[in-house]
Amino acid sequence: MELTLWTYEGPPHVGAMRIAASMEGVHYVLHAPQGDTYADLLFTMIERRDRRPPVTYTTFQARDLGGDTAELVKRSIADAVERFQPEALLVGESCTAELIQDQPGALAAGMDLGGIPMVNLELPAYSKKENWGAAETFYQLVRNLLKPQLPAPGAPKLDPTRWRAENRRPRVNLLGPSLLGFRCRDDVRELTQLLAGYGIDVTVVAPLGARPADLLRIPTADANLNLYPEVSGSVCSWLERQFGLPAVKTVPIGIGATVDFLRELHGVLGLELPAELQAERQSRLPWYSRSVDSTYLTGKRVFVFADGTHAIAAARIASRELGFEVVGLGTYSREMAREVRALAAELGLEALITDDYLAVEAAMAEAAPELVLGTQMERHSAKRLGVPCAVISSPLHVQDVPARYAPQMGWEGANVIFDSWVHPLMMGLEEHLIGMFRHDFEFVDGHRSHLGDGAPAAPAVEEPAPVAVAVAGGSLSWSADGEAELAKIPFFVRGKVRKNTEAYAREQGLAVIDSEALYEAKAHFSR
Amino acid sequence: MVSSSVASSTLPPPLKESGQREVFCGLTSIVWLHRRMPDAFFLVVGSRTCAHLIQSAAGVMIFAEPRFGTAILGERDLAGLADANEELDRLVAQLLERRPEIRTLFLVGSCPSEVIKLDLAKASERLNQQHAGRVTVINYTGSGIETTFTQGEDSALQALVPLMPKSDQPQLLIAGTLADAVEDRLVGLFQKLGIERVASLPPRRSTELPAVGPGTQLLLAQPYLSGTARALVDRGASLIEAPYPFGVEGSRDWMAAAARACGVDQAQIDAVLDPLVERGRRALAPHREVLEGKRLFLLPDSQLEPALARFLARECGMELVEVGTPYLDRQLMAEELARLPEGTQLSEGQHVDNQLQRVREARPDLVVCGLGLANPLEAEGMATKWSIELVFSPIHGIDQAGDLAELFARPLRRRGALQFS
Repeated sequence: MELTLWTYEGPPHVGAMRIAASMEGVHYVLHAPQGDTYADLLFTMIERRDRRPPVTYTTFQARDLGGDTAELVKRSIADAVERFQPEALLVGESCTAELIQDQPGALAAGMDLGGIPMVNLELPAYSKKENWGAAETFYQLVRNLLKPQLPAPGAPKLDPTRWRAENRRPRVNLLGPSLLGFRCRDDVRELTQLLAGYGIDVTVVAPLGARPADLLRIPTADANLNLYPEVSGSVCSWLERQFGLPAVKTVPIGIGATVDFLRELHGVLGLELPAELQAERQSRLPWYSRSVDSTYLTGKRVFVFADGTHAIAAARIASRELGFEVVGLGTYSREMAREVRALAAELGLEALITDDYLAVEAAMAEAAPELVLGTQMERHSAKRLGVPCAVISSPLHVQDVPARYAPQMGWEGANVIFDSWVHPLMMGLEEHLIGMFRHDFEFVDGHRSHLGDGAPAAPAVEEPAPVAVAVAGGSLSWSADGEAELAKIPFFVRGKVRKNTEAYAREQGLAVIDSEALYEAKAHFSR
Repeated sequence: MVSSSVASSTLPPPLKESGQREVFCGLTSIVWLHRRMPDAFFLVVGSRTCAHLIQSAAGVMIFAEPRFGTAILGERDLAGLADANEELDRLVAQLLERRPEIRTLFLVGSCPSEVIKLDLAKASERLNQQHAGRVTVINYTGSGIETTFTQGEDSALQALVPLMPKSDQPQLLIAGTLADAVEDRLVGLFQKLGIERVASLPPRRSTELPAVGPGTQLLLAQPYLSGTARALVDRGASLIEAPYPFGVEGSRDWMAAAARACGVDQAQIDAVLDPLVERGRRALAPHREVLEGKRLFLLPDSQLEPALARFLARECGMELVEVGTPYLDRQLMAEELARLPEGTQLSEGQHVDNQLQRVREARPDLVVCGLGLANPLEAEGMATKWSIELVFSPIHGIDQAGDLAELFARPLRRRGALQFS
């Protein structure tokens, strides 16, 4: 058993629902107890969809357990096929149904479904999670549908440069975008435009908006874009293995990553990349970030925690394109742990690979950042710690499915990222003035007047620290004069200064920290 | 007098359906119970699905100092590799260390824990001994296979009943969660009527459970408390027969029934309540204008549906197309059924696709339904009122009748207000 106050991912059948609900013409029969229909709300409320997810639940109750639940499954399958006339059917179990082992997939296989393809989903609910469930479902569905098209063993693989011989524009599939993914709707639009600018067409976007018939056209493309590896990673590597369809692995979030992505894609397709990419003219981020107004962003301490894809992208943008210092990097996507670890090592950090909300909160408090880039959960632990925060990844809430155009990918995505990451920080002038004059009645410590909130969020930053000292430091304490000096440090770096000073005092064997010790520590760490 | 105005209505037999049910499980009740009793902690023993449900339902609130969590079963627990009881003891110790101020710990059963027959009753007995004097551990089920939405509260309160002290003293006991302000108002009114001792279950602090015994007159504020009512009656309480306190009429009848049971004379009842009735009707009037003659379809959700339908039909002039309820306790609902307009079609249970078919055929003016159906029905051109809000809003009592009607009038007003061409 594992004590969980908050889970970064739902169970794997929610991942399967994401695939079914993202697509058209696919129906999902889910063997699940009454109550599991709560998951419909993720789509009707958070994604604000105008129709019910294409999911039929068996919703068994205790009294059904005495009877024939297998019969209930068969009835639900038959009803769903008749009522919704899907082009493909997914059949699977939720965690409770997994325990009673009715084998709904096997039951469906024995039924006359009028010839529609049926995919039996085996999603181990007690060991796997949502993204794994989505990736597995997408993979099984594609594999199932493309089975008849599999090239004979030994047959030559597809040539990604054949578009030239066929005298047409090169074309690619966009794989991975799905409902409940972060900003997928607008990422697809942004990328489609971007590709069009380079003369590249889009064959299939999947799962978002695709029908089973569209999946059948996947092999007609020249390459796949593996846009959300958490969802499309396994399908892309299968297509590469079986059909020789190469996958472009760079995810184009950020200026540098978009440039790398274009390079990789052009390389794969055998296309000449225009020598002058003009990235700086395509997106405003580079100029905004270079302009003097952004100078004060230099070295701002940032803590990043997200799914693997977005964590990697964010760390790169933060450190190279915005000039922040990344002081913490982690992910809950264990499948992406290796890549995140490698990037963390490059940044001189140890990656935090965990799905334990409390461990993330503790690491955040320890790193004492000035900005948190995270998920919906980090937004709130950041609030508790009084640190500004922006959301960069799922899990998300309704405010991160906005009405306006808000991609993360490509040139416009970088514009959106600049605005939304800088917005929560205190503006430059206010930051200077609060550092100068600390006795104002309105612009008090921790106040960010451009956010329009009256009360400062700062005090929470301070409270955990004395406890930490008592635990970690043993005899270490602050003198009144030391505390007074600490209070003069601008609030957003105060946590870090406190930690540095304590570390310095311990190193020097000091028992009491006074104002002099604080300045000593400041000089010591100012390399 | 009100009771004479109660029509002995003739209702056709309720439609009983089985099929897919689009409802919450009882775990959802944690979302409001943890606020009613802030010194309690709700530990669900279940799967990742259970944890995901509560965080999706509790939305933004999850981030305050947590008052609920899930002990997620892993493969080792299922394979018997880890002794589930030892695991539970370990987690509870860990939790209590982090949150020493917890006074009552609810172990909440879920579908997985019930299917594998994890004995949480025994576990709570054992944990009670381990942590005696610090925290009381009790258990109840919130599983979807056993409970629907508000039945989770029934099952939680029922688990509290054995812990209530015994007392023969005459008192009025109001059962069912009420908003604080509503509770204060109602208790104040009962005292004005001359009823000195009024207690509430659940209390605001889990350690301050009211007493119960032969002197207790039990008044249900919520219609979903079948198990709790039985358990209280078993401990000597007498159940007051009354409709539920929704709207002017229901609330007046509810208070009057309680007052009569406590021996208050009719003149006193009329003197206290009549001015409220007059004022309540005035507050209702503007909403009645919006709602009158509109056709209403209620899908099953909380068991509040028959009482709300009665209020909306009798006091707001709505026409009832179908009144769905997840479960119909005929005894506890008798006073409501008697007040429903003749011919009202009730349905118990659900086959959601068939029911939606009936909704589409009837094209009602307002559909009361859950959030899984509300936006899809809006997109089909039907006005909806999402039902969960009714469990989270102060809607009980004569003074709240206007607010309650407003909840139903608002979506209709909004539809009238929006223009895009």
